Amino acid sequence: MRALTWHGKRDVRVETLPDPEIVNPRDIIVRVTSTAICGSDLHLYHGMIPAMMPGDVLGHEFMGEVVEVGRGNTSLKKGDRVVVPFVIACGACFHCRKLQYSSCENSNPADTADLPETVYGHQTAGLFGYSHLTGGYAGGQAELVRVPYSDVGPIVVPEDLTDDEVLFLSDILPTGWMAAENCQIEEGDTVAVWGCGPVGLFAIQSALLMGASQVIAIDHMPTRLELAQRLGAKVIDFSSADVYSALLDMTGGIGPDAVIDAVGMESHGFAFDNIVDYAKQMLMLESDRPSALRQAIFACRAGGRVSIPGVYGGFVDKFPIGAVMEKGLTIRSGQTHVQKYLPRLLDMIREKKIDTTFLISHRMPLEDAAEAYRMFSDEPDTTTKVVLKT
Amino acid sequence: MFSHRHARGLHHPTAKQGGIGLLALLAGAAAVWAVGSLISDIKPSDSARKERQKGRRIGSGAPDEAKSAVVGRTVTIHRPKAELYDAWRDFARLPEFLENVESIAVLDETRSRWTVTGPAGTSFEFFSVITEDRPGEVIAWTSEPDADVRNSGRVEFRDAPGGRGTEVKATIAYEPPGGPLGQIFAKMLQREPGLQVRRDLKRFKQLMETGEIAVAASRRAES
Ligand SMILES: NC(=O)c1ccc[n+]([C@@H]2O[C@H](COP(=O)([O-])OP(=O)(O)OC[C@H]3O[C@@H](n4cnc5c(N)ncnc54)[C@H](O)[C@@H]3O)[C@@H](O)[C@H]2O)c1
Ligand SMILES: [Zn+2]
Ligand SMILES: [Zn+2]
Repeated sequence: MRALTWHGKRDVRVETLPDPEIVNPRDIIVRVTSTAICGSDLHLYHGMIPAMMPGDVLGHEFMGEVVEVGRGNTSLKKGDRVVVPFVIACGACFHCRKLQYSSCENSNPADTADLPETVYGHQTAGLFGYSHLTGGYAGGQAELVRVPYSDVGPIVVPEDLTDDEVLFLSDILPTGWMAAENCQIEEGDTVAVWGCGPVGLFAIQSALLMGASQVIAIDHMPTRLELAQRLGAKVIDFSSADVYSALLDMTGGIGPDAVIDAVGMESHGFAFDNIVDYAKQMLMLESDRPSALRQAIFACRAGGRVSIPGVYGGFVDKFPIGAVMEKGLTIRSGQTHVQKYLPRLLDMIREKKIDTTFLISHRMPLEDAAEAYRMFSDEPDTTTKVVLKT
Repeated sequence: MFSHRHARGLHHPTAKQGGIGLLALLAGAAAVWAVGSLISDIKPSDSARKERQKGRRIGSGAPDEAKSAVVGRTVTIHRPKAELYDAWRDFARLPEFLENVESIAVLDETRSRWTVTGPAGTSFEFFSVITEDRPGEVIAWTSEPDADVRNSGRVEFRDAPGGRGTEVKATIAYEPPGGPLGQIFAKMLQREPGLQVRRDLKRFKQLMETGEIAVAASRRAES
């Protein structure tokens, strides 16, 4: 099969690899029809996530046709069209039973689970195509993928919906939804969203659906800000405005009731703290660059909620714990518990309550994946989301 | 549980392979360890020490307390006590999840012959005898006196609170052999004494909760 493999910083290649097989009874093999590149993949592309090995197959947003079913899966059959969650979850452990799928205790193999245990104190779930911290499972930017615990994750999608309409159930749609849910939105609330990438855009849409009175989107890329505006958000361009004072202005001096960091570990910008962070990251003194998160915590009203869907992998300096404590903020975060949200979000797509295709800027063949990564990384304003077709 | 065959499958890439993150990550983690969270993993816990004393009373095959290493680990498994006990009591099946145990031949009600992988691809055998057996509660075993690596193990099963299943606590003690081989052995074990028990228990949990042991390989030959 053809697959996109990682070889180092800014070095990804489409190569020919042996086809995957059923390894465990509950596996299926999926022939991928559509797969997307995620902001999370950019962290890999930029060499920000540890425990990558040359040759690893990337990709965690994918869907396709079931071509082989292990004897332990009685719920799927050959020919089913499925979207696969990026989180691999067993469905049986303590966390899965609490619907905290991304903390599954069993899907990260015993030897790779040591690394998150060492660094984070506990195991984290296996993820597709996302380093050996999360299992080292081959990802979905490939023609074929082995999908473990396939009786728990993949959701069958009806033929009357196109790939583009349902593909983002694999990650960014539930991620934006959970980000908004973590804001515990109440009537009259203002939600401020840092980052108008795909995750931020779905968070904006979700927050409005959940009844936020006002959503304010913050970024510096014109095309992305325009997409946010079209969804109904007010926007702040951080390259030309002071975000904190703009937010206070727009909320009658109170500040947003909830803030969402949909930026993650590679904040842009020339705020002083970000430049210091950038230098430290290069010197390996700090692994993540949390400028947007600091700003979000600073702007959030007292007693407000901080939701962090943006990915962080390690440690940050100057974390404003004083602001968190003194203002009594609630922080909620996590890799998305994708499985938990799928049935409901699929219904909302069918009922046309959520628009899932507006952010796709490019559709390209898998063969051109390396170029697609380059565009998403270097021309992000106009490359909002790339879908690769096999 | 006595050696480190897993080194073969160890995926700890270098910082270079992993970009800039890993070193920074581990440096940060080291700062967290410094406040002591992992100390309990390195020194035997009080309960582990008790097991060791129990082990000694059993017979001369048990490891000598002064020279032995003791490691303990508890996991919660969402299955009934009796089922977990039965699975562990079936010694012939243990190699399915005990990574460095190649095979166990059950000889009679209490005796078995274990073939275990040692350092540097070596393998050695010993006879083991069950010293304590309370159905649904506890299984303990110890090597017979002529074992190269004298060792003992004890697995306890107790109901977890709140319907969470069963807490399974494994304590392993072993006395590495003398000589150069023993030294390599001791070094490997000192590096991360709890590692093997941790991984083995994790695999046991995976098998009992999900019916399979998680592997990332895309092909059977690699798993
Ligand atoms: N929690 C999860 O399960 C999950 C799932 C998917 C993605 N993510 C993470 O969500 C984050 C966003 O993903 P994406 O696909 O939208 O990525 P993206 O890179 O396309 O978007 C990030 C956006 O943030 C903007 N930005 C950068 N610095 C900023 C700052 N200081 N203030 C405001 N905006 C800033 C960028 O201009 C960009 O538009 C990433 O960290 C990604 O890893 C998390
Ligand atoms: Zn993603
Ligand atoms: Zn689980």
